[in-house]
Amino acid sequence: MTNSEKIKVLVAEDDPDMLEQIKLYLEAEGYDIVTAAGQKEAEGLIKPGAFQAAVLDLMMENQDSGFVLSYRIKKMDPKVPVIIVTSVTRDTGHSFDKAQDPKSWIKADVIIHKELRFEQLKAALKRLLGAGEAHA
Amino acid sequence: MPEADRRLKVLIVDDEPGMRAGAERALEGFSVRLDEFGETVAFSVIPAATGGEALEAIRAAAPDLVLLDYKLPDMTGIDVLAAAPERPAFLTIMITAFASLDVAVAATKRGAFDFLAKPFTPEELRATVAKAARSVYLQRKAGALEEEKRQLRFNFVTVLAHELKAPLAAVEGYMHLMRERIKGPELAAYDQMIERSVVRIAGMRKLVMDLLDLTRLESGRKARAFEPVDLRRAASLAADAVAAAAEKGGVKVEVRAEPGLVLRADPGEVDMVLSNLLTNAVKYNRRGGSAALELTRTSPSSVLVRCSDTGIGMTPEEQAKLFGEFVRIKNEHTRAVDGSGLGLSILRRIARLYGGDVKVSSEYGKGTVFEVTLNDAAGGNSPAPEAPEGQHGRHHG
Repeated sequence: MTNSEKIKVLVAEDDPDMLEQIKLYLEAEGYDIVTAAGQKEAEGLIKPGAFQAAVLDLMMENQDSGFVLSYRIKKMDPKVPVIIVTSVTRDTGHSFDKAQDPKSWIKADVIIHKELRFEQLKAALKRLLGAGEAHA
Repeated sequence: MPEADRRLKVLIVDDEPGMRAGAERALEGFSVRLDEFGETVAFSVIPAATGGEALEAIRAAAPDLVLLDYKLPDMTGIDVLAAAPERPAFLTIMITAFASLDVAVAATKRGAFDFLAKPFTPEELRATVAKAARSVYLQRKAGALEEEKRQLRFNFVTVLAHELKAPLAAVEGYMHLMRERIKGPELAAYDQMIERSVVRIAGMRKLVMDLLDLTRLESGRKARAFEPVDLRRAASLAADAVAAAAEKGGVKVEVRAEPGLVLRADPGEVDMVLSNLLTNAVKYNRRGGSAALELTRTSPSSVLVRCSDTGIGMTPEEQAKLFGEFVRIKNEHTRAVDGSGLGLSILRRIARLYGGDVKVSSEYGKGTVFEVTLNDAAGGNSPAPEAPEGQHGRHHG
């Protein structure tokens, strides 16, 4: 695989260490990582063809940064898989699931609750990108 | 007759039909105005002729008040109280014949609120019920406050846990990456990860230390030792403590205080105030910026501490959130800033212990000014914080 064939993944995360770690793990998996240190920076990176998948932290500058970004990405291209990473349900007792199916309005493909596990993230990305290719 | 805001359910337990009917008539159309709650309460009556019926009604109808005759065909009123479920709670007014002190004592032990001695007039009944209604309201209000306190505590612990989890996850993540030798066998390749882990662990330590400071201040258990504190000296010590961070960030720090400026205070608390102010002014700043700490006497017993910076400033929205616990303003300028988010809570807590307060004015992109007023602490050494002249009592919450 040459560099130009690598799948580009946008990673938006406001904890610099988590950003670095997700980047290192996904690079080791052969992805090309585009990083954004917050919602604002990520918004500037949403352009057609700029990335083929996105991993977004839920709470950055705002409580719902990840949702907002996901919405914009899906509006640009609904086929780009979006993974939102959050520990918010466990920490605060908030629940997105109770009111309605969260995915219907958040429009993310996967929401990873609890602590981020890199294995989980890798598997989700692989699965979503595989499904995307099958559709194309 | 004013419109009732609420109806309390009154269960009348008496085997004499005349008594039940009389009580029902006395309470029909009767209402009590509770001015302290801004509400008018009316009553609806549920009758019961036996202890068994009473217990049934307590379970089924959840009355707010129970008017309970002592002598019932199947059991005594005390037996009813003993057998009744604890929740939902109700107030009991025992109806007794004259001179049965023993019954009164036993009933009180079982939680009876008041007594009505037979025979009683409708007015006596109404007066007793009105008193009980007020008590029901007071209890519920106290319960709501207790619940609110529990909720606040839960929120605090939740956020605290989250604040500790983030750096823990960061350090743990680096450990895993190192164990997997993700950057190869050379140790030097991991320097950055080690450095970042050290920084995050230091952040956790700071959080724990600040939390202890805040808890001691809130609990009032910290022994405070008041003495005349030379503020000029205290300020220059605080400036020394931030000198390294200021140099690293390219921020100039200035201290201006007239000589002989003395405040009667606990030196540790003074240092917490000055250090918190300077640390923020340096952290939320930019290369080439400056931070100035000025101390002036405003009256024979009070001092104004003014800390200004040419830093990144805050928007009005950010200022509104500023004093919340664990709040760290998040924007593109503050990404690299770490802290416990408790510094300003500590600052304000201390200022209030000295009968003062903290004021902030800020302009986004220009800088921020904090003004802290402190008054001489009164009296000698105090085991628990007491504000001077008692203007500010201990804070509960």
